[in-house]
Amino acid sequence: MAWVNAIIQGLLTGGLYALFACGLSLMFGVMKVVNLAHGDLAVVAGYLAVGVIAVTHMPVLWTIPVVIVLMAIIGYILQRSIIQGAISRGELTTLIVTFGLSIVIENGLQQFFTANSRGLGVGDSFITASFSIGSQIIVPYMNLGIFVLAVIVLLGLNQYLSSTKYGRLIRAVADDREAAQLSGADYRHVFGIAAAIAFGTVAIAGICEGMITTISPTIGTDTILLFAFASVVIGGLGSLWGTLLGGVVLGVAQAIGAQINPSWEQLAGYAVFLLVLVIRPQGLVSQGAQS
Amino acid sequence: MTENVITSPRSADFADVRVTRSRRSIWPSGIGALVLIIVLFAFPYYVGPGTTGIMVQGLIVLTLASMWNLLAGYAGLVSVGQQAFFGLGAYFVLIPAMHGVTPWAGLVIAAVGAAVCAVPLWWLVARLRLGYFAIATWVLASVVMLVIEQISSIGGGTGEPLPGLSGMQPAVLTAYTYWAALIVAVLAIGGVYLLLRSKIGLTLTAIRDDERAARSSGVRVGLARMGVFIAAAAGCGAAGGVLAIEQLQVVPGTSGGVFSVQWTAEMAFAVIIGGIGTIEGPILGTIVYMVLQQELQSYNAWYLIVLGAVAIAIALFARRGLWGTVVDRFNIRLFPVGYHLWAPGEGRRRKGPADAAP
Repeated sequence: MAWVNAIIQGLLTGGLYALFACGLSLMFGVMKVVNLAHGDLAVVAGYLAVGVIAVTHMPVLWTIPVVIVLMAIIGYILQRSIIQGAISRGELTTLIVTFGLSIVIENGLQQFFTANSRGLGVGDSFITASFSIGSQIIVPYMNLGIFVLAVIVLLGLNQYLSSTKYGRLIRAVADDREAAQLSGADYRHVFGIAAAIAFGTVAIAGICEGMITTISPTIGTDTILLFAFASVVIGGLGSLWGTLLGGVVLGVAQAIGAQINPSWEQLAGYAVFLLVLVIRPQGLVSQGAQS
Repeated sequence: MTENVITSPRSADFADVRVTRSRRSIWPSGIGALVLIIVLFAFPYYVGPGTTGIMVQGLIVLTLASMWNLLAGYAGLVSVGQQAFFGLGAYFVLIPAMHGVTPWAGLVIAAVGAAVCAVPLWWLVARLRLGYFAIATWVLASVVMLVIEQISSIGGGTGEPLPGLSGMQPAVLTAYTYWAALIVAVLAIGGVYLLLRSKIGLTLTAIRDDERAARSSGVRVGLARMGVFIAAAAGCGAAGGVLAIEQLQVVPGTSGGVFSVQWTAEMAFAVIIGGIGTIEGPILGTIVYMVLQQELQSYNAWYLIVLGAVAIAIALFARRGLWGTVVDRFNIRLFPVGYHLWAPGEGRRRKGPADAAP
C-alpha cells in the first residue's frame, strides 16, 4: 500500500511539474526561445505573491489572479525589449541573455530576500486537510487542487491555441513568421502576447510551489527549470498533453525513488529523463515526423 | 610562432598572392607573451601571499573562460553544465590524495579523469542543439553532483578536507598553488591556440560558417565537436583540481560548492564581456571579472549581478565584446588563428589598406 500511496503522491506532484513546464514549452514552441531564466521567473512570481499579501493582506488564493496579471505585464515588456532584441541577434545571444537574466535574478533575490526559504500559507486547515482512501493512501486537498488546476490550465491553453482567433494567430506566427508577417500580423506583438501567457502560467507555477512547499531564490534553477525541462523532454515537444504526461512520469519516478531511498528522489527522476533522452529522444508523445 | 607561408600559389594568376597567419609580424606579441609568462612566474617573489591568492582565483577563471570560449565561441556548444567537469576535477585531486598521491600529480589525473568522464556524457547530449544542449548539460551537472553526493567515503553531501599538503608552510603552499594555477592556465590557452591552428581549427571554422555545407563536404562535424567537448572538460577538470588545492577541501553542492552553476556563469560572462570567439577575449574578460570581484567583494554576490548585467548588455549591443571592438578598430591579433590574404604587391611595411591599393 505504501507503494500505491507513493505513486499517487507522485502523480499529483506531476501536475505541478506540468505547470512548471508549460510556460517553457510554450515559449520554445512559439518563439524558439529556450528561456533559461524560466525557473527564476517562477520564483519572482512567488515573491510577488509574498509582497502582495504583505501589502493588501488578501488570502493567498486571491493573489493568484493579481500575480498572473503582473507577471503577464512583465512578460510582455521583457519579450518586447530584451528577449526580442536577443532573438534578432541569434540563438547564441538568446541563450546568453536568458542565462544572464537567470543569474542576475537568482542572486538579486538572494540579496533582497536572503537565501531563507519561505512558504505561502493558505491557512492551516487547507494545507493539512486531506481525505484518505483505505487506511494508508492520504490525498491532501491542496495537492489534488493543484493537479486539477494544472489540468485546467493545460486544457484552457490547448483550447485557446486551437479554437480562438488569437490562438490561431499565435500558431500561425510559430509556424512561419515571415508568412504571418506578410499577411499583416505583427509577429513581435504576437510574441509579446505569447510571452505574457507563458509568464501567466509561470506565475501560477511559482505560487503553487510556494503553497505546496516553500520558495527560496535557489529553487528557480535547481528544481523548477530542470524539472520543467525534464518534463518537456520526457513528454515530447509540441504537445501540451505530452507535457502533462512528462510531468506525471517525472513525479511518479521521483516518488518511487524516494520510496526506495529518500536520497534517490531526484536521481530516480533524472534516470527516467536520461533513459527517454537515449531511447526515445522525441519524447513519449511525439508529434508525427517532427524530430 | 613563425609566420610561415601556408599555401603555395597554384597558378600564374595567383603568383603574387601570399597567405599568412597574420597581417602583422607576430614576433613582437610572441616575445611579449613569453616575457609576460616569465614575469607572472616570478610574481610570488615580489608580492605577498594575499595578492597571490587573488591571482589564483583569477587564473582559475581564466582557464575556465578559455575552455568555455572554445566550446561556445568556436564549436557552437553553449554548455551551462561545465561545473560538472570542474567539480569532477576537484574530486579527481581529492580521491588519489586520500590514497597518498600528492595533489600536484592529482592535477594531471583531474584533467585526464574529467576528459574520460566527458565521453559518456557527450554521448548523452551529442544529438541536442543549442538551447536543448544548454539545459541538458545543466541537468547532467546536477546528476553528476547527486551521484557524487551518494558516495559517503568521499564526504557525501558535506565534503572532505584535502590531505597531503598539511606539511607545507602556508606561504610556500600559496606560491606552489599559484604556479600550478599559472601552468594550468598557460597550457589551457596554449592548447586552445594550437588546437585552433590545427586541422580541427579549420574544421570548426568551416562548421561555424556553414554547418550544412561543411557536413556535405565530408567534414566530420560530430567528431570535431566531441573533441572540443572532451578538451574543454579536461581544462575545466584541471581548474577544479587547482580549486581543491587552493581551498584545501572539496565541498559539493549547488550553492557555493564545486558544482555551483556560478562557475559556469563566471566563465561565460568573462568570455562574453571580453569577446567571444577570440583567444584574447577571455583574458580581457577575466581581468574585468577580477576588477569587479575585488571592487565589489564586500557586497556579497553583487559582483555576479553586475557581471551578468554587463554580459547581457554586451551580448545585445556589442556582440564581439571588448576585444572584438579592439580588433575591429586596429586589426590587432595577438594569437592569430585565421589567415590574412596579401594582395599582389602588398608589402608588410605598408601601413593601411589605402596605401596598398595601386
